[in-house]
Amino acid sequence: MIWLDTLVQGILLGGLYALFAAGLSLVFGIMRLVNLAHGDLIVMAAYLILLLVTLLGLSPFVAAAIAAPLMYLIGWGLQKHLLNRTLGTDILPPLLVTFGLSIALQNALLEGFSADSQRLPTGEISTASVDLGVMTVGVLPLLTFGSAVAVIVGLNQLFYRTELGRAFRATSDDPTTASLMGIRPSDIFAKATAIAMLVVTLAALYLGMRSNFDPNIGPARLIYAFQAVIIGGLGSLWGTLAGGIIIGLAQTIGAAINPEWQILAGHVAFLIVLLLRPRGLFPRAFD
Amino acid sequence: MSILELKNVSKAFGQLKVTDDVSFAVPEGQALGIIGPNGAGKSTLFNLITGNLTADTGTIAFEGTDVTKVPAMQRCFAGVGRSFQIPQPFDNLTVFENLLVAAMHGRNTNQAAVEQACADILLQTELMPVANAPASGLSLLQRKRLEMARALATDPKLLLLDEIAGGLTDAECVALIDTIKSIHARGVTIIWIEHVLHALTSVVERLLVLDFGKVIGIGAPDEILNRQDVREIYLGIDV
Repeated sequence: MIWLDTLVQGILLGGLYALFAAGLSLVFGIMRLVNLAHGDLIVMAAYLILLLVTLLGLSPFVAAAIAAPLMYLIGWGLQKHLLNRTLGTDILPPLLVTFGLSIALQNALLEGFSADSQRLPTGEISTASVDLGVMTVGVLPLLTFGSAVAVIVGLNQLFYRTELGRAFRATSDDPTTASLMGIRPSDIFAKATAIAMLVVTLAALYLGMRSNFDPNIGPARLIYAFQAVIIGGLGSLWGTLAGGIIIGLAQTIGAAINPEWQILAGHVAFLIVLLLRPRGLFPRAFD
Repeated sequence: MSILELKNVSKAFGQLKVTDDVSFAVPEGQALGIIGPNGAGKSTLFNLITGNLTADTGTIAFEGTDVTKVPAMQRCFAGVGRSFQIPQPFDNLTVFENLLVAAMHGRNTNQAAVEQACADILLQTELMPVANAPASGLSLLQRKRLEMARALATDPKLLLLDEIAGGLTDAECVALIDTIKSIHARGVTIIWIEHVLHALTSVVERLLVLDFGKVIGIGAPDEILNRQDVREIYLGIDV
């Protein structure tokens, strides 16, 4: 029974990692941009939610709903005015610029909020659970996983059922030809990053409700997100969910064997998948 | 009235001048053929007209407006559509989606009108049977047709066709010519780069010859193809 509980907890933890990774996967899938500041943007969104909770006395969910459009605008501006300038045939400029952005964000958050560990107030939801008969599952982990699935389904619908999604896929295929069809790739990229920031806000909400955070935890979230994206196959949204679940499962199984092995087990699982399937589990047909 | 007018347009890559002081005008509704040996600068000329490349010197006017520095996207809005010599469909999209994305962004109209227009273009270009197939799985003829269909989806006033008959069988070529003729009959101005001369001359009213980036002749097809210097350029090709 303990092992069944461990497996379920691992899958649910995978939902959180999938949320960390979905925005990264979206941006990479459309513009082949690796955003090294992704983890720090999640932490920044968590602080934004905390600020709204503290100043306005809102619940974290309402605060996240207010933070989401703000993050959307930040994402749009960031891509439009900074990251678009780095895109081209050379892969180095976006890496350098987002690395610099990561450092700047960490230091700005440190300056603004100190190094003290913070947590979003959750109320009763953090201890609420659902009795499934054979085991009891926390409401918050269930909600996190459900949100991750909803995000993946939503992004897939956006990609394959809307005009914006068609423009995303066309620009991803060939930005030069897309511009000859009247598409402005820089605008499409800005919208993609803006939407990724909506997912980042949701990830930040659950991060802040489920664990402590401080200005320096961004890079570790980036690594989990990266691992989930790469395990799933670069640019594949369902693959990203699968990747998150694999990392979550590996970490909880590792922790069940020995609490010190939790993080290590996730990295080992990542290495094993890389060795067996270097292009990930669900690689896109066209890169 | 000229729909397109180039005046003294030049473009160089390093020391290599690929477009050299090119000037010509295309009256609205005309079909102009462009011929020239490989490396003559034909596709570069198209890239300059569509805005993929910017001219070093000279001016390009579309419908009387100077578009020399206007980006490709805005030239598409203005009414310039093109197909590529090597088909470049959006492989991750279906055939119908390829047209939809071009129509939604390339022309300002509502969704219902766009879908109907795309359906009409699919019929016209004989792509309806593969409308929902991924573009990545098409045959060469279908990919060439998709190139043309996607350009048409932007509702162009000027359609640039880049070696669209290349690599096709005679039967496929005949079918493609019929489609191009029907597009031209609707009043769309066409500029067509082509090596398959019998296909080209069955459609165009004027021929322009490029060599080493320079215009060496422009006029009626018979007159141009009977010129000694043009025949020398095409030595070995049965005209």
